[in-house]
Amino acid sequence: MSAVESNFEYVKKDLPASWNKLGLLLTGIGLLLVVVAFFVDHTRAAFNNLIMLMFLSSIGVGALFIIALEYLAGAVWSTPYRRIMEFLAATLLILPLVALPVYMNLHDLFHWTHEEAVQGDYILEAKTPYLNIPFFTIRVAAFFAVWIIFFFLLIRNSKKQDESKDQSLTTKNIRLSAIFMPFFAITLTFASIDWMMSLEPHWFSTIFGVYYFSGTVLAALAAGTYAIIVLNEKGYFQFKLVKDHFYSLGALMFAFINFWAYIAFSQFMLIWYANLPEETFWYLNKWEGSWMFVSIGLIFVHFVIPYFGLLSQPSKMNPKNLKFMSLWILFAHFYDLYWLIMPTYSADGIAFGWMELAFPIAGLGLLILIFSMRAKNQNLLPIGDPKLKRGLNFRL
Amino acid sequence: MNDKILYGYTGIFDTPDEIINAAEKVSDAGYKKYDINTPYPVHGMDGAMKLPPSKLGYAALVFGLTGTFAALAIMYFMSVLDYPIVIGGKPFFAFPAFVPIMFEVTVLSASIATVVTMIAFFFKFPNISHPLHGTNYMKKVSSDKYGVCLQSEDEKFTEDGAKELLASLNAKDITPIYFPDEVHEKQTVFEPKFISLLLFVAIITSGGTYFALNKLMFMLPFNWMMYQEKTVPQESSTIFADGFGMRPPVEGTISRGNMPYQFKDQPELAAMLLKNPLVPDEQTLATGKEKYDIYCSPCHGYFGEGDSRLRGQYPNPPSLHSEKSRTSSDGSIYHVISAGQNIMPSYSTQLTRQERWATVLYVRALQRSFNAKESDLE
Repeated sequence: MSAVESNFEYVKKDLPASWNKLGLLLTGIGLLLVVVAFFVDHTRAAFNNLIMLMFLSSIGVGALFIIALEYLAGAVWSTPYRRIMEFLAATLLILPLVALPVYMNLHDLFHWTHEEAVQGDYILEAKTPYLNIPFFTIRVAAFFAVWIIFFFLLIRNSKKQDESKDQSLTTKNIRLSAIFMPFFAITLTFASIDWMMSLEPHWFSTIFGVYYFSGTVLAALAAGTYAIIVLNEKGYFQFKLVKDHFYSLGALMFAFINFWAYIAFSQFMLIWYANLPEETFWYLNKWEGSWMFVSIGLIFVHFVIPYFGLLSQPSKMNPKNLKFMSLWILFAHFYDLYWLIMPTYSADGIAFGWMELAFPIAGLGLLILIFSMRAKNQNLLPIGDPKLKRGLNFRL
Repeated sequence: MNDKILYGYTGIFDTPDEIINAAEKVSDAGYKKYDINTPYPVHGMDGAMKLPPSKLGYAALVFGLTGTFAALAIMYFMSVLDYPIVIGGKPFFAFPAFVPIMFEVTVLSASIATVVTMIAFFFKFPNISHPLHGTNYMKKVSSDKYGVCLQSEDEKFTEDGAKELLASLNAKDITPIYFPDEVHEKQTVFEPKFISLLLFVAIITSGGTYFALNKLMFMLPFNWMMYQEKTVPQESSTIFADGFGMRPPVEGTISRGNMPYQFKDQPELAAMLLKNPLVPDEQTLATGKEKYDIYCSPCHGYFGEGDSRLRGQYPNPPSLHSEKSRTSSDGSIYHVISAGQNIMPSYSTQLTRQERWATVLYVRALQRSFNAKESDLE
């Protein structure tokens, strides 16, 4: 057993410049295409922008949740790479910018913003106290504010600890995490209701927030796992992660795949069983024309393939397999959001063209860019954290 | 010199780091039959002891999958093959409704099978004794110490070698452990004490279940679901003057899709005006035969000969093959089915109009079979 010595000295290594360049390149191409897209067809572009907004919020909020969870659970195994999650959580900072084009095209996205449509519609009229643009704006601003404030508070303490090595900062962060958790649950639930469920304002599902939450954590974990494995391969951590670390990451992803399937199936089965027209239409819309194949595909992409890909113990310990599966899960989360959002735009069948590719390119570019920018002036390891050594020596 | 059989040598350590180190050294020394005893699972122990992955997972997999498919097969047999009932307009093979049950049975059978496999194969059921039980060593390692036990079964084991190895690891309290004096077979699960414990648990569990399901459910407030402030069918009511909970339809209304029979007391008019809308094809006759066999045959007999199966409890009806029956129009037979005749009641509530006309056609077919025309033989 190769225990990491206690007198272990961390020397900061910069990430390769090619990462920054790749991020810039993808962002540049993506943003150019996005601007063109908004000129060509602003409705379709707004829908795609919404998918990207939800995807980036998933990674940002999900990463912040995982950080808070680590503090609350007193987890040791994830401490060495908590910084990776902190870099990913920085995505929260650009969310308001990503949300801006969506907010400017609310009329294209949300049926309930049209006053003439709401008038005479009994259900929508009854929902107006909640679904109206001023209140919507306040809520969305509040979500972003809560996320960004907690991001800054948690990250500041973690960063400070690198120099001061003050253990009380960990205690402070545990308290902050405990306060963050209920805020997280409420904001994420309502964010998913506001941005995605209200696309079909007549429809409702009480499990929808949990459904989005399961995908959120999964996406953040997958993005983090990918980054951790790539950085470990190139030796940026200065120590080698062992199979026990990989196993823990893989097991958590595996658990959340099952959790997602459990929630998705619960939502489907209750609606299928009750067979009430005001609920079933949402699923029927996703069964219309070629959407049927997307719906069936979702079961395989989001559950069957990652389930068997991560089922056995060796498959979770193999970094190569884990790298592939984490990319696959990121794709699956995008696929899930596409399935949730796009049927509202094109009801008769799949809409997939250059626009659907432009937004993910821009999103991916932004993600890489933020990651490498955050990594530039921070340590890759939380060197002041009292749990770090135990985390490096973590064995199952 | 004692004549006890040696089980092994034990040594005690104070910290988890020491025991991990000891486990590594012992496995490096080539020992296979040894065990580490710790008060809680120590991280990294599997690797230090070079243990292969446990085989228990395969038992869980096999029994879990067996549970999944057994649940599917049982539900398929019950709700598709043996007793198909339409529930909530769903197909007989309602897969989404099966999934939760399949999931639960999978979890149940996998977990039970894992525990049973562990007890039966890994713990060598019904043996419940172990030489380490009751020793000072076991008392220590189950509270705050970490211990290693080298077993004499191991090929490399020698008394001096084991002592030396433990001493080189700086183990404390190096002691030999002997098999207990009593004969082994006595210490099995089939002991009166243990059996009475099992009985006690069984009585408490089943008694509690009986109480919960048969008594508790009828006590306040657990019976609130059962007794609600509403009138259920067949119940009396204090609200209505006639005391009936069930109300007749409002006067002048009819239930949906159900036109009342308009020739109720006018058999001649019915016989003259009503025409059979159906043609005697295979399906119609099959429907007619089904309904005839259910509703008509108890009195009229399976072939319409008037041979009642009711053993004289009612006067036997006339044969359907009489001259009068054969020459009467379809409309007239339809009228008899709809409105009744003499002692025969109306069948309008049991048979829809379509079914009544189908029954008329079947009666015609019966009549034809008894009095076939010359041309039918060709």
